[in-house]
Amino acid sequence: MSVIEVQGVSRSFVVRRKVGWLGRERETVHAVRDLHFGVERGEMVGYIGPNGAGKSTTIKMLTGILVPTSGRLTVAGMVPSTQRTALARRIGVVFGQRTTLWWDLPLRDSFDLLRRIYRIPDARYRANMATFTELLDLAEILDTPVRQLSLGQRMRGDIAAALLHDPEVVYLDEPTIGLDVISKSSLRDFLRETNRERGVTILLTTHDLVDIEQLCSRVMVIDKGSLVFDGSLDGLHALGDARRTLVVDLVEPGEPIRSLGADTVKVEGPRQWLTFAADTSAAPLVADIARRYQVADLSILEPSIEDVIKQMYTRTPREG
Amino acid sequence: MVDAARSDLRAYAVLAWMWIRVSLTYRTSFAIMTIGQFLITGLDFVAILVMFSNVDSLGGFSLAEIAFLYGGSALCLGCADLVLGNIERLGQRIRMGTFDVMLVRPVSAYIQMCADQFALRRLGRITQAGVVFAWAIVALDIDWTWARVAMIPYLVVFGTVIFLALFTIGAAVQFWTSDASELANAFTYGGSTLAEYPMTIYPLEAVKALTFVLPLTFVNWYPSLFILDKPDPLGLPSAVQFAAPVAAAVLSLAAATCWRAGIRRYRSTGS
Ligand SMILES: Nc1ncnc2c1ncn2[C@@H]1O[C@H](COP(=O)(O)OP(=O)(O)O)[C@@H](O)[C@H]1O
Ligand SMILES: [Mg+2]
Repeated sequence: MSVIEVQGVSRSFVVRRKVGWLGRERETVHAVRDLHFGVERGEMVGYIGPNGAGKSTTIKMLTGILVPTSGRLTVAGMVPSTQRTALARRIGVVFGQRTTLWWDLPLRDSFDLLRRIYRIPDARYRANMATFTELLDLAEILDTPVRQLSLGQRMRGDIAAALLHDPEVVYLDEPTIGLDVISKSSLRDFLRETNRERGVTILLTTHDLVDIEQLCSRVMVIDKGSLVFDGSLDGLHALGDARRTLVVDLVEPGEPIRSLGADTVKVEGPRQWLTFAADTSAAPLVADIARRYQVADLSILEPSIEDVIKQMYTRTPREG
Repeated sequence: MVDAARSDLRAYAVLAWMWIRVSLTYRTSFAIMTIGQFLITGLDFVAILVMFSNVDSLGGFSLAEIAFLYGGSALCLGCADLVLGNIERLGQRIRMGTFDVMLVRPVSAYIQMCADQFALRRLGRITQAGVVFAWAIVALDIDWTWARVAMIPYLVVFGTVIFLALFTIGAAVQFWTSDASELANAFTYGGSTLAEYPMTIYPLEAVKALTFVLPLTFVNWYPSLFILDKPDPLGLPSAVQFAAPVAAAVLSLAAATCWRAGIRRYRSTGS
């Protein structure tokens, strides 16, 4: 049995909007509609989509915070909305936007409180603390109150907190939001390691394709509440036909670069933009250009999730 | 069931103890706050004392008798306030989106809300009420039968439960309208102030409302009628004087139902 099973799950919200002076209008927002998916034990799945697509709503239903409007879902064989507190022992949650730690307490005290609340056996607690302190570099922030931590430090604390009780499933809702490049990259290393070493099932939401690219073999794309893609990252690129962009800074302005498999889409002085298929390697292209032109600098831009989705719609128009 | 209750109590103790430790790290401020609570809540009773410098009785009740009513109501409110005084911040947590966090921990969200920011300084209010209550018991000139003595812990226990249930209902309403905490306070704190005085000074309609709608007369009024051997202005059967557990049970059931329904309809916040 899959550790997460979602069958025909929808969730809508009735919101009241102000209209004119005193008028109020009821409107139904379909945050998530008719979701179907399963996640196997030990998988690391990327759940991606633009802002407001329904990612957080899905996570909240998987934890039991929100009750689905319709449909069935189970996590570790339990129904989250009715077995919420029992399920809580077996899952871990990280909200990128807000902390699950105690604002006024030093990180160490927050962890100790979690140890008591989750009744984590002493040996497990000590072992986990040792591991996380090392891998997440917590030593020098353990005595700092959570409210004084930077976003990146707080996120490290939150992730350790979510894993302290050895959960089988961990949901991370936008864990990399607002982090700098170095924090992002060390966080990704840690998640990869956790998934591999501990066999923890991870569901990670993001609107950053790079997170997915570096972590997940499987990606689910949600847009306007509906699952529009579920498969491998390569499959997504092939389907979306999204193109990566190579930005080339030449030593001197020149003619548009001509190289096989790439289109030069923009030239601005010495800087040129070339696009190429996302499923091909950049290496031959870079080598070819470097051999034939005087290059000062090169960088590659990944397609944004919005681009990928837009491309998917233009390639495979869906009804309705 | 028993296991769940035990682990809930344990979690409450763990969380409350953590907040006590936090408040004790600022000892001076803690002491000032506690004494402050003692003095401020004491002002209510000073007002009664001032009144009695001009009159000998109020609504047919002597100073000691009113002190007994006052102490009973304030003590029960104080105990309930100590146990779950911060549950009224539910609406604020809902608006800020921090209530979500309580729903992903393996302890009931209710217990976590009750213990949140547990404030030991509220002992100030309890001490003040306790002092007045104890003085009244000593000063009262009554025949202390076993039944009357037993009525005192009975009053405190069920009165506290009644207030606990009212606080809970007031908080649960915030699942529907997250800014209702002021309204809820009017019923709990306001109601307890009404109950500090003898019901004989209020119109009969108000007394009926405080018996059948917001049943605060069961906290201290009816038990006091028994202890002080006074007639019931509503003329209800004397069994009503012992009905506090019934009122407490009905309110607790209502509170549990409201809270559960609130959790189910909880919709978090859109980000
Ligand atoms: N509590 C709520 N009340 C009203 N609307 C909500 C609520 N939560 C989410 N929504 C709406 O549902 C949609 C999906 O939101 P969300 O799941 O937070 O998206 P994402 O996490 O992908 O950015 C949005 O249109 C959002 O405004
Ligand atoms: Mg979100």
